[in-house]
Amino acid sequence: MNKLWLIIKREYITRVTKRSFILATLLTPLAIVAFIAIVALIFSYDAGQRKIAIVNDSGVELKLKDTKKVNFTFSKSTLDETKNSYKEDGYMGVLYLPEMKDLQKQDIRVKYFSEEQISIGIKEFIQDELADKIREVKIDSSEINRTVLESFNTEISLEEIGLSVDESGQVQEENKTNSAGLAAAIGTMMGFAIYLFLFIYGSMVMRSVMEEKMSRIVEVMISSVKPFQLMLGKIVGVGGVGLTQILIWAILIPSLNFVVGIFLPIDPDALQSAQMSGADSEDMMLQVAMVIEDIKSQNWALILPMFIFYFLGGYFIYSALFAAVGSAISDDLGESQSLTLPITIPVILAIYIAIAVIENPTSNLATFASIFPLFSPIVMPARLPFNPPVWEIVVSVLVMIASVIFFIWLSGRIYRVGILLYGKKVTLRELGKWMFYKE
Amino acid sequence: MNVLELNNVVKTYQKHIAVNDVSFNVPQGSIFGLLGPNGAGKTSLIRIITTITRADSGSVMLNGEKLNSRHPSEIGYMPEERGLYKKMKVGEHLLYLAQLKGLSKANAKKEINHWLEKFEITDWWSKRIEELSKGMQQKIQFIATVVHQPKLLILDEPFSGLDPINTNLIKDEIAELNRKGTSIIFSTHRMEQVEQICQEIVLINQGRNVLQGDVHSIKQDFKNNLFEISYSGILPESLQAEDDANENYSIIKNENNRLTIKVSHDSASNLLLNYLMKNGVYINGFNEILPSLNEIFIRQVGKVE
Repeated sequence: MNKLWLIIKREYITRVTKRSFILATLLTPLAIVAFIAIVALIFSYDAGQRKIAIVNDSGVELKLKDTKKVNFTFSKSTLDETKNSYKEDGYMGVLYLPEMKDLQKQDIRVKYFSEEQISIGIKEFIQDELADKIREVKIDSSEINRTVLESFNTEISLEEIGLSVDESGQVQEENKTNSAGLAAAIGTMMGFAIYLFLFIYGSMVMRSVMEEKMSRIVEVMISSVKPFQLMLGKIVGVGGVGLTQILIWAILIPSLNFVVGIFLPIDPDALQSAQMSGADSEDMMLQVAMVIEDIKSQNWALILPMFIFYFLGGYFIYSALFAAVGSAISDDLGESQSLTLPITIPVILAIYIAIAVIENPTSNLATFASIFPLFSPIVMPARLPFNPPVWEIVVSVLVMIASVIFFIWLSGRIYRVGILLYGKKVTLRELGKWMFYKE
Repeated sequence: MNVLELNNVVKTYQKHIAVNDVSFNVPQGSIFGLLGPNGAGKTSLIRIITTITRADSGSVMLNGEKLNSRHPSEIGYMPEERGLYKKMKVGEHLLYLAQLKGLSKANAKKEINHWLEKFEITDWWSKRIEELSKGMQQKIQFIATVVHQPKLLILDEPFSGLDPINTNLIKDEIAELNRKGTSIIFSTHRMEQVEQICQEIVLINQGRNVLQGDVHSIKQDFKNNLFEISYSGILPESLQAEDDANENYSIIKNENNRLTIKVSHDSASNLLLNYLMKNGVYINGFNEILPSLNEIFIRQVGKVE
């Protein structure tokens, strides 16, 4: 036990004190936050208020609203005069509203004169604003009662109510405020995080086993400790490195984001939509509040511990397999390809299954893949926000625990043979045979 | 008292038998040569002794006890293929290996410093292994092998890759450790080193032990009753011809006042010397020619094949 601890400590400390690890751990959040900040800056880039001169020959009076980006000024001169002088007067262009004889007309063409092109945003804004104001004029000039008209507008919101059967056989209703969209987003994120972690840290374990074998230190090591201790120590140590990195990121990224938010006054509206005609800020606040409410309503007390459980379980299974493969490789890196393929295929399959399961969280595929131990570390976390049945979670967890023990044991049997075997190209079949070798 | 006893040890790998019924004893405090050509099963044997693998049958006793999980800390093993963690610092590395052998951190530090001082390399503590030359790494490897004061030291080709100065340095350290009571198994196929260092040997070939015993008696067993006489003066005529032979001795060679003879019984050499002296030949030297271990090795290994 003491030796195992020494091995874990060495594997952990040599990695976290490496310059490359420190740089990657600190620079990645910086890069992510810098990326977010740059995107926000791009969208909130303020070109200043555009002044537009309007020549109104329509015959109706329109009260166009000025915004931060656009300022409308009604010109008293004729269209031709304005066209000649708009630049000297500091306007970007001239908006011409032709005569409107028939107020009931539904298709009205207005013209915009300028040397420069206007952006799509401004164009849409002008179109919407004009349509809006002309609608007002149309309503006022008609006999229709405004209140009656506005009552025609109906907004529908769909509320989901979950149904379940309790012990007495009664159908129970439960509040189900979380939206499917958010559940999908959280599920996908967790699935991908585990997928990346399995690959990056699994292959780190494999490389490290190969290095130990090729530098021949392994023979010195196993004259002091058991091969199984060496393998387990490496897996736990490297796993600790991964957890450390993720923990640092989980703290650094939000706090850096917060700091950047203070120093860079980024318009939150601008981040949400590049369109100038976006919902006004009150609406936005409501939406944000709803998303936050949704996030809060997720069953985090279940999701977070389960996420960490599958995160570690999946890592243990796959890194043990990677260690077994690493032990079998003796010289050139090329031969690792054919041996790692059987490990990488299930991981890749799992992420595809996870995507399919998010679309359809109650399918038979979903149930199977949440229990099958090579898929469940990725599929089950992706499914958790959709409240899978309790029995499936329990079975999946039990299968997972048993599988972790089984795969570490199995890999240990391959590993102890592999690390002492040199100069021989190993096939997958031989790897299988090693499991049954006696000590 | 034997530090190590092997009785009928067998180890098979799938189709081939690596160790086939090998038995030998390593006496306490001896320097013991484990010899054999490449692929004879030396490494398989060493791996069994160091508890890396287990014998299929037979018994291995260390200090009268069956091999168990406590024993690795009493054994120091330097494999033929050396290896260290390249990125680690010398001090950390030695500390790590010493602690894995069961030393406390403080104790390990003390021992490591003692060895670094002995080799006059205390300033290497915070150097990375990869910054050291191959010979320097060998020294570190040697320290790592002996730092936990093993009762049994197993050295597989300990001098390969070392320059003559470092070879002598390590040789002296081995001799000193032996004087202090450490038993040493020395595996090699460099026979001249075995002759210099080892008191007892076992010769393994194709998984079996073909020869064992102390170096002196093995040489006696394999001697061809050859003597060399260096002389001055003129040999009597009866001894001039190289192929001259009688019931007592036969002449093998006569070159540059050196006469090589093969005697057919123990007193024959005295008879010859007498005869020479009577005939006015001055004897400058008289030596028995014992076979070198190299010759014995080649003869024994060749015989089996």
